[in-house]
Order: sequence, then C-alpha cells, then structure tokens
Amino acid sequence: MAPAIHFRSVVALVDGYPVLAGVDLDVAPREIVALNGANGAGKTSLLRACAGLLAVSAGRAEVLGTDLYGDVRALRRRIGLLGHSAGLYDDLTVEDNLRFAIRAGAGRPDRVGAALDRLGLSGRLRTVAVSRLSAGQRRRAAIAVIVARDPELWLLDEPHAGLDAEHRDRLDGIIADAVGRGATVVFASHEAERSRALATRTVTVAGGAVVDGVLPARPGPPTSEAGDGAVAPAATPGAPFPEPSARHAAHVA
Amino acid sequence: MWRDAVLVAGKDLRVEARSRVTTNQVAPYALLVLLLFGFAFDQDHRLLVQAAPGLFWVAVLFCALLAIARSFAVEAADGARDGLRMSGLDPAGIFLGKAAAVAVELAALEVLLGAGIVVLFGSDLRDYGLLVATAVAATIGLAASGTVYGIMSAGLRVRETLLPLLMLPVLAPVLLAATQAWRAALGLSSDDGWQWIGLLATFATIYTSLGVLGFGALLEGA
Amino acid sequence: MTTTSTGATSTGAPSTGAPSTGAKPAGAGRSGGSRPGTGNRTTRVVGVAALITSAVTAYVGLVVSPPDVTQGVLVRLIYVHPAAATLCYVGFGGCALASLAYLWPRTRSPRWDRLAGASAEVGVVFCVLTLVTGSIWGRASWGVWWTWDARLTLTALLLALFLGYMALRRTGEGESRALRCAIAAVCFSVVVPIDHYATSWWRTLHQGNTLLGANVKIHGWQLTGMLLSFVAYGLIFAWLLIHRYRVEQLEDRYETVGFSAAIAARRAEGGG
Repeated sequence: MAPAIHFRSVVALVDGYPVLAGVDLDVAPREIVALNGANGAGKTSLLRACAGLLAVSAGRAEVLGTDLYGDVRALRRRIGLLGHSAGLYDDLTVEDNLRFAIRAGAGRPDRVGAALDRLGLSGRLRTVAVSRLSAGQRRRAAIAVIVARDPELWLLDEPHAGLDAEHRDRLDGIIADAVGRGATVVFASHEAERSRALATRTVTVAGGAVVDGVLPARPGPPTSEAGDGAVAPAATPGAPFPEPSARHAAHVA
Repeated sequence: MWRDAVLVAGKDLRVEARSRVTTNQVAPYALLVLLLFGFAFDQDHRLLVQAAPGLFWVAVLFCALLAIARSFAVEAADGARDGLRMSGLDPAGIFLGKAAAVAVELAALEVLLGAGIVVLFGSDLRDYGLLVATAVAATIGLAASGTVYGIMSAGLRVRETLLPLLMLPVLAPVLLAATQAWRAALGLSSDDGWQWIGLLATFATIYTSLGVLGFGALLEGA
Repeated sequence: MTTTSTGATSTGAPSTGAPSTGAKPAGAGRSGGSRPGTGNRTTRVVGVAALITSAVTAYVGLVVSPPDVTQGVLVRLIYVHPAAATLCYVGFGGCALASLAYLWPRTRSPRWDRLAGASAEVGVVFCVLTLVTGSIWGRASWGVWWTWDARLTLTALLLALFLGYMALRRTGEGESRALRCAIAAVCFSVVVPIDHYATSWWRTLHQGNTLLGANVKIHGWQLTGMLLSFVAYGLIFAWLLIHRYRVEQLEDRYETVGFSAAIAARRAEGGG
C-alpha cells in the first residue's frame, strides 16, 4: 500500500536556515502518528512541509502520492492543516468562516452543521464573530473547519493546546472517527500521556531530523542513512547531504 | 477561477460590512484630506476650483493605499494567509476577488469624495460620461495594481512603509491621466479627455493580466 | 589614480565617484591572491580602459571642443547627460530583461536574479547622475532647479520605481525574494510606455522648457566628445556591473559553503 507520507533525507530551508536537516519518515495510511520533541526541534516545520507550505530543497518527498516538488495545489485540498494560529477571519462569525472554507474547497455545505455540533459550537457561538471567542473556542472553530472538510490527511500542530478536558476527549473521538473512515492523522504534541494513548506510533523529532520511529510498525528494508532505526545519536551529521546545487536540479520551477 | 473570485470578493466585502473599517475610518479620512487641502490652499476659491480634479485624485490615491493595506491586513491576521493557500482556491480567482472588493470600496469612496469637492471646493460637475468612464478605468487600475503590490509586500515585516513606496510611483501615471481627463470634463482645460482614458484602460488591462498570471507565485512566497 | 578618475567626470557631478571605492585599487593593483575579491582580469582590463577613455573624454570635452554658440559653456553637459541617461535606461532595461529571464521557467537561474539586482543598482547610480546634470542644466539655462521636462520627469519617476525595487531586494533572501523582485521589475517595466505617453502628453499641454531641444546642432569636436563619452561611460557601467554582480555571487557562495556546517549545527541541536 502506498504510504501517505514518504520522506527521505528531506531538507527544507527558511531564509537559508535548515529547519529540516535530513528527515526520513514513512507514514502508512490510517495511522495516527504523534510527533514528539523539544521546542524548536522542527515538528511544526515537518507538518508544514507535509502540507506543501514549506518548500523542500533536497531529498525525496511524497505526500498522498504527490511529489512535493511539483504542483501541490491539488494536494492541499486533500489535506487539513491545523496550525498554531487558527487561520480564521476575525471579523466573520464561526459559521461564515466554515461556509467560506467549505465552498473554497468545493466541499459539501451540509457538513457545516454537523461539524459545529461536534465541536459544541452550535447555538450562541455559531453567530459570534471569531474575534470575540476565547482562545480555546477559536481552536475548536479551527478544528471544526477541518472536520467539515473531511480531508484524507490531517496535520495537527498541538491540537489539544488550549482545550478543556471535555473537548480534548471529543477531539480524540473525532480523530478516531476520521481514521475509521480512512484518513491518516499526524499530530505534534507536548502531552506525552495523551499522545501515547491516542497514537498508533510515536516519532521523535530533534535537530531538524527524525531520530526515532522513522518507519511504521512493520518496517520495510532498512535504509542506510543516519536517523533510521531505534535510537540514533543525534549529533552526527552522518551521511553527506546533497549539495545545494541539487536544490536547483531537483526543484522543478 | 470566476467562482473563486466571486467567493473571495464576497468574503472580503462581508468582512468589510462586519468591521466597517471603510465606512468608519477611511471615509472620514478622505473627507479630512479634502478639508486639509482647503486649509493648505488658503481658501483661495479660484485656485481650489482649478485644482479640484487633481486634489480629488490625490485623495483617492491615499484611500487606495489604505484600502489595499486593509485588504491584506485581513489576511495577515492569525495565519489566514496559510488558510488561503491551503484552501485550494485558484490564485487568479483570489486576485480577481480581492481586487474587485477593493474596487467596490474605492468606487463608494469616490462618490463620497465627488460630493466633497462639489461642496468644499465648489466644483461644477458636468460631462458625467467622461467623469464616470475615467473613474471606472482608473479604479480598476488602482485596485489591480494595488493588489499585485499588496501581495508582494504582504508577508514582509516592513510592509507598512514598503507598500506606499512601491505603489505611489507606479500609480503616478494614473493620477496624471485621471486628473487630466477630469480637468477636460470640468471644462478646465481644452484637452480631449478621452485619450487619457485609453491610457488608463491600458494600465488597468496590463495590471489585471499581470495579477492573474503572477498572483499564484507571489502568494506562495508571501 | 583616484584623483584622475574623479577628475575625469566633468562639471562636478558626484555619482561616478564610485571608482574611488576601495575595490578599484585592489582590482588594479593586486594580483589574484588567496583572498576572494570581486576583481579579476576582465574587470582590470575594463577598468583601465574606462579610465583611459574617461580621461580622453574629459580632455576633449573640457579643453578641445569649443563652447556652443547659443548655450555657451553649458553645452559641455552634453558630454555627461545623454550618456548617463542612456546608460540609466540600459541599466533598468537590463534589470527588466534579466527578470524576465529569471521568470521564464526554462531559463530560471540565480544568475539572472543577481544580474537583475546589480543592473538595477548601477542603473540607479546613472539615473541620479542624469537627474542632477539635467537639473543643473535647467538651472543654468532658465534659472529653475526643476523644469518639468517630459523626459526628465519620466526619469525621476523611473528612479522612484527602482528605489522601490531596491527596497524590495533588501527584504528576505533566496528564491522567494528573487521571485518577488523579478515580478516587480516586470511590472514596473511594463508600465514605462504608459508613463512615457502620460508625461509627454502632459507636457504638450503646457509648452514648457525642454532640455536638449531640437535646436542644438552637434558636430565636429562636440560630436566626437559625445561619442567618446558614451564609450567611456559604457565602460564604467560595465565595470560597476561586473563588480556588483560578483559581490552578490560571493554572497551566495558564502551561504552555500556554510550549508553543510549549518546542517550539522542544526542536527546537533537535537543532541544538546
């Protein structure tokens, strides 16, 4: 079965700084993968790279069968990204935001109501401008957008942050349902307990690379690069990295 | 593309309707600018009538800067730009939608400012055909070029000062042409106003095409 | 050496004082050496040629050619202004063409981006020179610092546009900056014909003073001097362009050399 995410020695630069410094990662469909790691390790960058928002400069990167060096716009419609910020328009109501997101993605408008219910946003909160919501409610609204769009791949950056206990449990339920329907979920989290309970696999990210848990539970043939297998010493540059000139060769304009 | 444009334009105008920035802030600002011109020209009535077309378009230009800045500030808040990229909307459609929304706002402001120069400067409006044609062509040009430069500076830290620096030299010919056309319309010069409209139309067409072609690439880089 | 080069430009116009920056003596005097500089054989040859032709132009312009019947000594500006103006347009045009080459997917390469940036900067230098000499001319002829001459106004507008371009170049780095700047340069250039028509139509409404009007007949030594000035300034332009281009090239090289080190440092963060 084709992996949902397939990264080999992926390097991504932001203003010349390598936020991803040689990432190897395989995610099979219907997995729930938790990304673990310290602040600044590269978890957010990894999620953004999978969403096609962070340009990949070197290495092999395929998400949902699409090569990240090519046109990623069609791919993005199949992905739901929950970032640190909610990505909502402050002046519009929750319902307006959802309707806009659904119609933009050519989705089904009837899903709006169900999504709002699921996140406890029906009733009064439905018609409140986003700027008036609390941080937790804003998070729930952002999650509702993803629920309504029902993508194949869910990329969630610290989804539980700011939510109360009830909604954390609800979110876990939502994730389980989504996977049951065939989606794949990758989320970054600092909450060890909850991630371990929710996830089918935990991946550790450090220094812009994956240092633990590269492959799914049934590993394929071992790779020879640094960063595969159980615990790799984090500080070795290891295999030579593709030269920057590869960036121009590999990057199809 | 057109469906996306309508969707985005609708969204922008709805944001405007809810937040009322244009009506509560930009419109008073526009009238204030006219008032200040009055002070600067020392109430010299003849001079004001002569200068009215130019002053009108300068005021419109300032409003355009604000409208464009606001259009992209809406996207900058809280990661909305990422949302726009992830939404799967056609970038050309996003461009047309945002430009259209700005054009609508500017049109409303122009009507207001037109009333302003009649009242404050004593302008005598006639030859409405030429006036309106000029305004339409100029407004489209302002909105299209503003949206192009707006997305260019959208992600940058220095965007508040960079945007005027980029836009004003670019919009100078629009100011020139629109002023001359209006002067002809108001009988202040013996020029044929319609040749200027050709210039404005060319400008608008060029920037609309550039926007449709280039907005996608610029959005990715923002 | 430095004094000769600044003296080679006439009538005190300041901006081609660029030859007096440190790079020139380093390029001319030192051999290759271990320290990477922006000089190489080409720049030295061009530089020397530029010096010589500038000196000859100065001589012809200031000493040999006679003052004009109508304009007097002022006509000597003809050895600076037209050449500066032409090269200014060459610089901006070059920037636009290089930007187009960068945008075209098949020819996309950082080389075009560097060329665009360098070309724009050198163009700005010559643009300022054009405006200053134009202003001086106007002042001396008609007593006003700025005549709203169509061409001069257009040049001023171009300067404003490309100052904006240079501000854009200072934001961020790498591919996104290159793309942004390339699109901006194309946008600006596409608008230039419109600007041209706008300003010239505008001026025909107000029959004003024009610089270098049709009544200036150029012949003999004046013609020679003017042609020489084109050559001399063209060489100076080339020299500045090559140096500026190589500065950017070195900057890029510095970044990529640090690449592996940066990767290593990044991964080390995980261990520490």
